[in-house]
Amino acid sequence: MEKRVTFKGLWLPLLLVAPQLAITAVFFFYPAGQAIWQSLFIPDPFGLSMQWVGLGNFEYLLSDKYYRASFVTTAVFSILVTVVSMGVALYLAVLADRLIKGSGTYRTLLIWPYAVAPAVAGVLWLFMFNTRVGVVTWYLGLLGYDWNHVLNENEAMGLVVIASAWGRISYNFLFFLAGLQAIPKSVIEAAAIDGARFWTRFRTIVFPLLSPTTFFLLVVNIVYAFFETFGVIHTITSGGPQQATTILVYKVYSDGFVSQDLGSSAAQSVILLVIVGALTIFQFKFIERRVHY
Amino acid sequence: MKLQTSLLALAAVTMTANTAAAQTEIDFWHAFTGRLGELVAEQVETFNASQSDYVVNATHKGNYSETLNAGIAAFRAGEQPDILMVFEVGTATMMNAKGAVKPVYEVMADAGADFDADAFIGAVKGYYTTAGGEMLSLPFNSSTPVLWVNRDALSEAGIDPDTDLSTWQKVGETLDALKEAGHDCPLTTAWQSWIHLENTSAYHDVPFATQDNGFAGVDTELALNGPVQTQHIEAMGQWAKDGKFIYTGRRNEGGANFRGGECALFTESSAGYAGIKAEAEFDFDVRPLPYWEGVEGAPQNTIIGGASLWVMEGQSDEEYKGVAEFLNFLSSPEVQAKWHQDTGYLPITSAAADLTREQGFYDENPGTDVAVKQMTANEPTANSKGIRLGSFDQIRGIIDEELEAVWAGDKSAQEALDSAKERGDALLRRFEQSAR
Repeated sequence: MEKRVTFKGLWLPLLLVAPQLAITAVFFFYPAGQAIWQSLFIPDPFGLSMQWVGLGNFEYLLSDKYYRASFVTTAVFSILVTVVSMGVALYLAVLADRLIKGSGTYRTLLIWPYAVAPAVAGVLWLFMFNTRVGVVTWYLGLLGYDWNHVLNENEAMGLVVIASAWGRISYNFLFFLAGLQAIPKSVIEAAAIDGARFWTRFRTIVFPLLSPTTFFLLVVNIVYAFFETFGVIHTITSGGPQQATTILVYKVYSDGFVSQDLGSSAAQSVILLVIVGALTIFQFKFIERRVHY
Repeated sequence: MKLQTSLLALAAVTMTANTAAAQTEIDFWHAFTGRLGELVAEQVETFNASQSDYVVNATHKGNYSETLNAGIAAFRAGEQPDILMVFEVGTATMMNAKGAVKPVYEVMADAGADFDADAFIGAVKGYYTTAGGEMLSLPFNSSTPVLWVNRDALSEAGIDPDTDLSTWQKVGETLDALKEAGHDCPLTTAWQSWIHLENTSAYHDVPFATQDNGFAGVDTELALNGPVQTQHIEAMGQWAKDGKFIYTGRRNEGGANFRGGECALFTESSAGYAGIKAEAEFDFDVRPLPYWEGVEGAPQNTIIGGASLWVMEGQSDEEYKGVAEFLNFLSSPEVQAKWHQDTGYLPITSAAADLTREQGFYDENPGTDVAVKQMTANEPTANSKGIRLGSFDQIRGIIDEELEAVWAGDKSAQEALDSAKERGDALLRRFEQSAR
């Protein structure tokens, strides 16, 4: 069944993939190689001297129980961000798909948050949930709930998850909606005629047919949660209270770019690289099997 | 038409080249925006207008960390500015970057400039000089923590607004009274590590770190878990538990609460003055930072925060001459006195303080000299000269985390400070290795 075009010879295929290879080499292999190289040293910030420490940076990191704890924090954070942003997006997309009137407006409004930069989104949420003057805090206060993410670790985690997931919902929504619209109406109508209710139709037809989109979004969202959320964390909590929201990538950022501990930061990014690589391989090997294209 | 444009362009290029040849350009990277940015721009304009040999180009490079990063990245690319503003926490990093920075005393000596390090206030100078008293960077904006008081809030709670708040014991009594009167936010703070550990240590003449707080060598260890600091954090922790001390965040988030009239007492930098004066719609005053009565040697003097100007290596002699002239201009009494009065930062020289007094500023704005007095009351000791630790930024992060554990009631003061020491020492060992 495989439809593959095969090229004869070596040069033509090489030439065709060369631009892609060049981009990968310049923007991925070179920096990744640099990170691995630097992770073996303790350099001074100005690049005046480098102390060879071998695997010393890794030993230092892995023997630090606070660093090890941030693996758990990262896992919790990434799962929550992915589940929340994909779950809400799917729900909204299903609703939008059923709309007939005003669907254009509805969609446009839902796509807007994607245009907001993460750090700005962070500030917006921070204002709403400010412990003393935030609007949401005030309403929660009326309900008798004392919101204080500055000291309460769970609330801080909740807040950064919401702020990180919020902008992502738009992106996921777009893909889910496109995926839903690509499902042939005839199939669904046939099921409806056979007496399948909405929920049954969704579970047995729509969701499986949507699986390529879901799988793609799963990979993309996990990568997002792992790598692109430090702006939100930086503006809202700076990793606190205590270490409740210190995820791996935030620590890479703050140790490297705020504190100039480049050796440790490089070692951390190597660790992160390995984790995300392993995760992606896992996803492609095990989850993709359940995907129907 | 085309020819005309290119001729014009050529003329423009030649003209710029001419001015460039006549005037040496000096690049100055700083971290100030808003009102402070305007004031820096004004200083630079005044300097540029005052002479014709040099032109200073001031550029804003982001916040303190970003400016330091920009300087480091530029140095690595061989494009460093002549002058880089670095916050006090980055001092050890800069000091150890031999080959990247040119000490100010050298710049001044090479340029043959008239420069007297002793003109600077002791506690300011001490932070930025070698053990031998040679000035490495020029103090620029320096502040020190003080106690801001909302007088109206005290009156409303039935407390005499002139009540004695000089010691933490007295502050404790006032907090009790405020709480009893139903006040929601008796005390809040900004910069908890700087004020409640670093300054508390210096003010009570106990070490924050061994080796004279890091001045005597990089083989230093934290000593912030001593009895004085532990007692202070324990008291603060108890106040947090009783709802008398409200924690608002790691930076100066509490400023909004104080300026909005919500909090009665606020420990914050003296440089909070400009903002409080502009926004507070209540009667406020400034008091010296409280100390614990009964601790021997207290009150010693508080230490500074803020930034200093570092001169970078690799520029021409001509540029260094200009740098020397510009730095001398910045530390002149007139410039400093104006800066001090506009911002609430300390006057960094005794001459600027005297000039401010002569101009009658302290009489018109009572309390603005509290910080100066607090800094200069005593000759700094080895414990109160300043703090010079590598990876200090990360250490402050660790301290923030540990203090949050105390405020949340998860750890006792002793546990938290012991843990901060242990984690901070690991970073200090790494820094020692990189500075070797």
